[in-house]
Amino acid sequence: MSIAGKDIRDFILGQVQSVARQQKKTLAPLSDELPLLESGLDSLCIAIIVANLDDELGLDPFASGTVDMPVTLGDFIRLYEHGAA
Amino acid sequence: MAPPELPGDFRRSLLDLTLAPGTDARALSDETHRVPVVVLAQGTNLATPLESLRGRSVLLTSEKQLPTVLAAIALDGIARRILLCLPDIAETDLPAIVSEGEVDAVVSDGTGPQPPAHVPRVACGSAIHPADVFLQDRNAPTEWILFTSGTTGRPKMVVHTLPSLTGPLDDGLKVQERPIWSTFYDVRRYGGLQILLRALLGGGSMVLSSASESVGDFLVRAGRSGVTHISGTPSHWRRTLMSPDANRMAPRYVRLSGEVADQAILDHLRQAYPQSDVAHAFASTEAGVAFDVRDGLAGFPVSYIDQPGGKAEMRVIDGTLRIRSSRTSSGYLGTAPRLGDADGFIDTGDMVERRGERYYFVGRREGVINVGGQKVFPEEVETVLNRHPAVQMSRVWARKSPITGAIVAADLVLREGSGTLADLRESILQACRDQLPAHEVPVSLRAVPSLAVGPAGKLLRHD
Repeated sequence: MSIAGKDIRDFILGQVQSVARQQKKTLAPLSDELPLLESGLDSLCIAIIVANLDDELGLDPFASGTVDMPVTLGDFIRLYEHGAA
Repeated sequence: MAPPELPGDFRRSLLDLTLAPGTDARALSDETHRVPVVVLAQGTNLATPLESLRGRSVLLTSEKQLPTVLAAIALDGIARRILLCLPDIAETDLPAIVSEGEVDAVVSDGTGPQPPAHVPRVACGSAIHPADVFLQDRNAPTEWILFTSGTTGRPKMVVHTLPSLTGPLDDGLKVQERPIWSTFYDVRRYGGLQILLRALLGGGSMVLSSASESVGDFLVRAGRSGVTHISGTPSHWRRTLMSPDANRMAPRYVRLSGEVADQAILDHLRQAYPQSDVAHAFASTEAGVAFDVRDGLAGFPVSYIDQPGGKAEMRVIDGTLRIRSSRTSSGYLGTAPRLGDADGFIDTGDMVERRGERYYFVGRREGVINVGGQKVFPEEVETVLNRHPAVQMSRVWARKSPITGAIVAADLVLREGSGTLADLRESILQACRDQLPAHEVPVSLRAVPSLAVGPAGKLLRHD
């Protein structure tokens, strides 16, 4: 499955919304500069999003073990955009 | 505390204890042979006189169980030590087993793991040939060595004696005349040996399972043999309930041991065998049988714990169950670590949690999944999954996560006709969310056609 940049961004944002809803978390207004840990998502939510992206898109940018941990939502999205490129 | 021993040095052998309740209509059988108990008094299945094995350390190794069972009955009280070799032990482990077990004779039908050729061999089979069995002195305190099924490394050799294997239990089980026992277990494993010894000492018959037989064929044979009492692990029983032949037998007593018995499997067995008592037992090869639970509910009453002077004394320390009784093993052979703490309590490694007036097993200490520092016991999640009407069987495993180290994943065997995982996913996950904290809810679910059950009858937890 291949998916282009804009679609990845939308897909990730969709995941963020749905996992937050499922885990009953209140999200801060989303922006690229928003630190992930201030977004309202806890680390379990992020772990779930990462697993879902792996399952749905076949993308696991962390698999190499060499990526820096993303700090902001923008960092996080870029990891996947680079992975797909 | 050691009941088969009478005052003084007199010791009753397994043969004596087997024949004592009478032999009418009693037999040991497998899928090809039937040996009436009465002929055990007339000969042995060995191709050599019993005297030649006196004082020896004898490895019993055959693919089938019956040759080993017949040889063990003949050799108890004569051999110094008998080692019940399991068919799945790697031959590469046998030189070390021979050396640590000081094995100086092998009794085998030619199948099963074979030790190095320098060890003297005695042939055996599944039939009894005429031989003197009563002339011998049968007072030797034969050691019984059982092998544990570790998932890694060489199997440990656990030392028991006939008294430690047959010590008294407060299980209140009233068995009618001439019970016909069976077990899905291999009787060379502790859980199976308990059943064999109950059959032999309790005046019953024994129907042995066979690794080469399908579940369905075994169930048909058990039904035809009139099995009244039968035991297995919860995994054995889940597999049984998936078989169209589950109703081919009509036992009066169904027993579970070896894994956590959750409420779902207890309820399903009660429905499948309404004429049967359903009991679950706690036992380990090292600690022996500790207790039976017969009220049909998962877990066990808190009153079982910290009662001094019971047949088995139990404590909970650091969340794990510890047991001390006359049924505990005296230790391991060879270089394995010492058993038991300073007070003689054996750490079972099974974690329990108190809820109200009951303790529940939550899993093995070493099986814990660490989700971002929070512990998850796979068995606890499986218990919730198995309660869902569409789930036949489940296995929870740790999926790697770059964020939390691990997340919870589950493989599910769905009940036939209940729909696809896509249809059921939300309902199964909702059931989990209702009953489990967020980090214990499976993040990914997979439908699988079946789940592997290992040679010990336990769900395989490692691929």
